[in-house]
Amino acid sequence: MRRARTPAPLLVPAALAVAFLVLPLAGLLVRTPWSQLGALLTAPGVGQALRLSLVSATLATLVSVVLGVPLAWVLARSRARGRSVLRALVTVPLVLPPVVGGVALFLVLGRQGIVGSWLDDAFGITIPFTTTAVVIAETFVAMPFLVISVEGALRAADVRYEDAAATLGADRWTTFRRVTLPLVAPGVAAGAVLCWARALGEFGATITFAGNFPGTTQTMPLAVYLALQRDPQAAIVLSLVLLVVSVATLLLLRDRWLGRGAAA
Amino acid sequence: MRSGRVLAGLTAVALAASACGGGDDGAAATTPTGGNGGPTGTLTVFAAASLTDVFTTLGDQLEAENDGLTVQFNFAGSSALATQLTQGAPADVFASANGAQMSVVTDAGLADGDPTVFTANVLQIAVPAGNPAGVTGLADFAREELALAVCAPDVPCGAAAEDVFAAAGVTPRPDTQEEDVRAALTKVELGEVDAALVYATDVVAAGDAVEGISVPEAEDAVNDYPLCTLADAPNPDAARAFVDLVLSDEGQQALQDAGFRAP
Repeated sequence: MRRARTPAPLLVPAALAVAFLVLPLAGLLVRTPWSQLGALLTAPGVGQALRLSLVSATLATLVSVVLGVPLAWVLARSRARGRSVLRALVTVPLVLPPVVGGVALFLVLGRQGIVGSWLDDAFGITIPFTTTAVVIAETFVAMPFLVISVEGALRAADVRYEDAAATLGADRWTTFRRVTLPLVAPGVAAGAVLCWARALGEFGATITFAGNFPGTTQTMPLAVYLALQRDPQAAIVLSLVLLVVSVATLLLLRDRWLGRGAAA
Repeated sequence: MRSGRVLAGLTAVALAASACGGGDDGAAATTPTGGNGGPTGTLTVFAAASLTDVFTTLGDQLEAENDGLTVQFNFAGSSALATQLTQGAPADVFASANGAQMSVVTDAGLADGDPTVFTANVLQIAVPAGNPAGVTGLADFAREELALAVCAPDVPCGAAAEDVFAAAGVTPRPDTQEEDVRAALTKVELGEVDAALVYATDVVAAGDAVEGISVPEAEDAVNDYPLCTLADAPNPDAARAFVDLVLSDEGQQALQDAGFRAP
């Protein structure tokens, strides 16, 4: 790939964009009460909230990959009619205020919900206020990011490889597994990272549908929000922890896992 | 586009109104009460979110009684309002949902005189209509099989709830600690929790979807609401008129109809 010098008309807005995105972060660092850092970090519940955040965001990403990649294939490749309507529908969580998403989840999966009341009656399963509810809320909000990324990768991928596989006798499922999927793997990885990051920061749908209870449903963003009501300094430290962990994870993944895909 | 134009129009009207007010202020000061000599211009009231319904009604009434008076409200959490005031937001009246946030404003020397406690709010148990779980009192908050909501201890209603549970000797087993009282109430309205501890006014505001159960132990944690006029009030006459209306029998009745209690 050819590396060009950045043209001046791009340089100024790009520098502004960097300042706009990075300065708030610098603000957090400047205002961090470094002297109290130790005490605030070891406060009860911080490790618990962090662990819950990482586990639930990872589970939400796994669910999103398992369900979202096939959906992306349908949107990019199938000839079914109404695909554009379908695409608009499944990206609704992108524009829906997450709190409304949380209420909508109640209406379907809550104790009184369409599906939830049946689960309750038939199996005695209630979803709200459990860690499962956290994962569901995060999946609802984050999966569209993965679907959009993977669909884009599928559209950009050269279909002639799939055609060649088909002429060599591979059935459609084998073609998908052995040709299409490896072809779009970087897109899936990038989508999964976006999805994970969105799930990690999820607040509105989670606090609405899953509630807030330390250890079961209180993720880091919820802990940060509540700390802000009481002690803004503690909230800054908690935000910093979330930030450091997510940036470290993303860097690690980039080196170990995305490899050339991300560097290209 | 259209809403932008309407907004611009409203702003122009407000500006014109405040300009008129400037000219009339002298007259109003010499005859502070009574018909045509009443306050004019724009009155800005910063009030706790729980006062939204009652204060809006009282504001409309004050506008109707005084030609040329426009009442503007800024309803938000008391702590957010106190922060805005200490950061220099211009206002005439501040009504807080607790003493702590009023202290923030008085300690900064922004209040005109001492604040007056004008009403109070008390915790109540909210249950979905029909009370499906048969909740009768605070003791039910220790029942593990029920879905229960309280406010998080970090927010005022949660701090009050902790006091009430301590006074009652009940160890609550909530399923969720909500970020504010309205979020707790929403879960009752949706039928997703069997009970929540909220303010009496929230139960009234929720209408038929929610029933309230009084809690005798809550008397130990009554939440007083103070209000004050501000030292730098742009419209002190109107500020005084509004405070008088809130403290009048009429204002107190409106508060009690909304579930507040006498101070």
